[in-house]
Amino acid sequence: MTDHPLPAAVETVRRVREDPHRLGHRGHGHGPVEGAGHGMTGPARKRIIVGYGFWIFLLSDIVLFSCFFAAFAVQRGATAGGPGISQLVEMPRVGWETAALLLSSYTCGLSFAATNARNLLWTQIFLLITGLLGLVFVGLELFEFIDLASRGITPQVSGFLSAFFGLVGLHGLHVTLAGLWLLTMMAQLQVKGFRPEVVHRLICFNLFWHALDIVWIGIFTIVYLMGAVA
Amino acid sequence: MFGKLSWSAIPFDQPIPLITSIILVLVIAGTLGLVTWKRWWPYLWNEWITSVDHKKIGIMYVLLGVVMLIRGFADAIMMRTQQAVAINAPGYLEPEHYDQIFSAHGTIMIFFAAMPLVIGFMNFVTPLQLGVRDVAFPTMNLVSFWLTASGALLVNVSLFVGEFARTGWLPYPPLSETAYSPGVGVDYYLWAVQISGIGTLMTGINFVTTVLKMRCPGMSYLRMPMFCWTTLASSLIIVAVFPILTATLAMLSLDRFFGWHFFTAGAGGNPMMFMNLIWAWGHPEVYILVLPAFGIFSEVFSTFSGKPLFGYRSMVAATLFICIVSMMTWLHHFFTMGSGPAVNTAFGISTSVIAVGTGVKIYNWIFTMYGGRVRMSVPMLWSLGFIFTFVIGGMTGVLLAVPPADFLVHNSMFLVAHFHNVIVGGVVFALFAGLDYWFPKAFGFRLHEGWGKASFWFAFFGFWITFAPLYILGLEGMTRRLQHVNIAEWRPLLLISLAGVGILIVGALCQVIMLVVSIVQRDRLRDDSGDPWDGRSLEWATASPPPFFNFAILPNVEGEEAYWGIKVKAIESQRLSEEPDYRDIEMPVNSPVGFYTAVFASVTGFALIWQIWWLAGLGLAAAFAGFVVFAWRDVHEFHVPADEVAKVERARRAQREALLERIAAEESVPA
Repeated sequence: MTDHPLPAAVETVRRVREDPHRLGHRGHGHGPVEGAGHGMTGPARKRIIVGYGFWIFLLSDIVLFSCFFAAFAVQRGATAGGPGISQLVEMPRVGWETAALLLSSYTCGLSFAATNARNLLWTQIFLLITGLLGLVFVGLELFEFIDLASRGITPQVSGFLSAFFGLVGLHGLHVTLAGLWLLTMMAQLQVKGFRPEVVHRLICFNLFWHALDIVWIGIFTIVYLMGAVA
Repeated sequence: MFGKLSWSAIPFDQPIPLITSIILVLVIAGTLGLVTWKRWWPYLWNEWITSVDHKKIGIMYVLLGVVMLIRGFADAIMMRTQQAVAINAPGYLEPEHYDQIFSAHGTIMIFFAAMPLVIGFMNFVTPLQLGVRDVAFPTMNLVSFWLTASGALLVNVSLFVGEFARTGWLPYPPLSETAYSPGVGVDYYLWAVQISGIGTLMTGINFVTTVLKMRCPGMSYLRMPMFCWTTLASSLIIVAVFPILTATLAMLSLDRFFGWHFFTAGAGGNPMMFMNLIWAWGHPEVYILVLPAFGIFSEVFSTFSGKPLFGYRSMVAATLFICIVSMMTWLHHFFTMGSGPAVNTAFGISTSVIAVGTGVKIYNWIFTMYGGRVRMSVPMLWSLGFIFTFVIGGMTGVLLAVPPADFLVHNSMFLVAHFHNVIVGGVVFALFAGLDYWFPKAFGFRLHEGWGKASFWFAFFGFWITFAPLYILGLEGMTRRLQHVNIAEWRPLLLISLAGVGILIVGALCQVIMLVVSIVQRDRLRDDSGDPWDGRSLEWATASPPPFFNFAILPNVEGEEAYWGIKVKAIESQRLSEEPDYRDIEMPVNSPVGFYTAVFASVTGFALIWQIWWLAGLGLAAAFAGFVVFAWRDVHEFHVPADEVAKVERARRAQREALLERIAAEESVPA
């Protein structure tokens, strides 16, 4: 199944050193780099184009989130006589959610180290752990929402609650869809192995998963931590 | 079972939409019948519907844009007629129908006419000018197109099933909330725009990546033609602001469907948040449209003046300046909101400052003509008409940028005249210029010059006769969107405006005649050289129409104005460059995924509008299934053998030899 045993990290370091483009390591003014799309040597290679395009998409997705952050900031005090932010936050549960998601980012990184080593088994194992941690996160969030709803705290109550559920829910929806993507990737990887296009998609999935983590750190801070001390 | 949908949704009691939709259905059925009868389906399916060729996608975008432009123009004719007859009278359009017409007019013109036309040109031209064979993500490009087409379809379905929004082209809450707009009109708007907006976002991502990562060897940033720069700037704005549109419309949908309170008038909702969000998208949107238009004018001015673009680098700087500042002016759309003098002043200044970037461009175009050998061809006429029209539109815009002045003419016909002045004079004139300019590249023959010139003059005077009276009416206090007016003194100006529309109709007819005459006389108008205008950028290095792989060998660019350099070299040495070794070419395979996307997007959109939840769920499940099947494909590309490449390329070289001989013969004739 595999040519390289773990530790995958060692293999990764070797591959980064041998990266012909020295991405991120190239000094300026050292002449054109083949296939990097810098204008002097023609179109970039597929892997660079795919990764680059996905970064652009991530930027646009972060703009999407920023709108919901803005709405939350504007409507934080618009409780219309309903509950405020401090009545919503339940720190231990959010703490577990955050721990699960941050850990999943770590395992996601490990899965890509295994991908770089072209180790199918460990890639799959770490992807599976990533997905399970994502499931824990979404599950805890769902319990939170059900719990709130049982106390009559729903988005229909006030502008503030609309903004709260909108922002947190949008992130939860992203994680859910990412989980669906992850399952598809695992199936595809199992059937097709490390083909170039599969690896490109794994790169994109990794970027997406980490970006969702970064967004969550924003939500955790601005919604929950600042809400707890409000 | 069918949500809110029932037979009462069909407007049996309203003759205008009913007859229009019957005619529309007959035309569509007739077209489909003809295609079936002539057995054109395989051709249409293989060559167009599933094609990932950026040139064909561009042409399909332009076709969609033109069809919707006619639809939007029909709305405009109805509006101007209504206002001309409804003076102290009810006119022929009921208020709720009239409100739908002006909402549909704006929505269609911006989202489904101007955007597809602009994106169509970006698609057709940019990869050719960059000297590459396709965009970064060819299949995604096809999906983008079909999403836009789905949105356009939903808008047109609203004519027949249900109703369209009565809220204006931007559905301001609280009017657009369920309490005041309980029908499906706003939902049609929301889902049509949402679906096409996602397509546009994908286009933006595609073209940012294409321009930054897909250029032929030697094509450094400061060697790119101006149109490529404006494509880049426009795409960057798309990536930055279309998610805002998505978010805002999603919030309004949550309010309407589930009773949330983002923008409601009560319960902590904040309608002004909608204004801020929608214009944070909406103002940059006008620059998304006008920047590629500036790119088209830059190409036209330099080609038809026989000179390089004056101040190329300042043009690049001005483009990027506009790209950034366009996102800092949105509040001038609601100075009257009452943000206070400090905020209004800041946005008044930023709005005035953006005119500096445009001013730089205007002077550059004028100086490009200075000292050049100017040819008054049709694209040049549109461009000169643009300078005159756009400068006046820009100046009334700077007037509106002054908050105290804006308070007086806010939401008046003065505003209506202003933005038509810049959008028609800027974007639409550019699209007609571009149509005439790149038509021979796309189809292999030029458009008839006489009819083209006639259509320009009718459009130019028609435009001014239509909109100059509206400026005066606005200053006299006539507000926009009036179904009837009670002031008899406005009658003459409203009638003059209607006469202007009549002239515009003649202009549009000239365009149709031009197209028909050109097709009939296509052998006489044939472009055998591939370079009918003595062009300067790489699209003119290809045959007309270009082969599906664009370039047999990617060009090697050695300076600004890539093709001009190659051409001058060939003329000086009296021969073409050495024939290269031809190699196999890899091209992306056609894909049905775009059409599939259109089907499920339309069905899901329709289901969401009428709240047929099971169908919406089914549509989304089908979308995911399609996504998985597409991801599972094994064949991404096919090989074009070197022999075939050589055959196509040698035919092109023969054309070029002939052109070269022709030029040599002309030059040897003593003057």
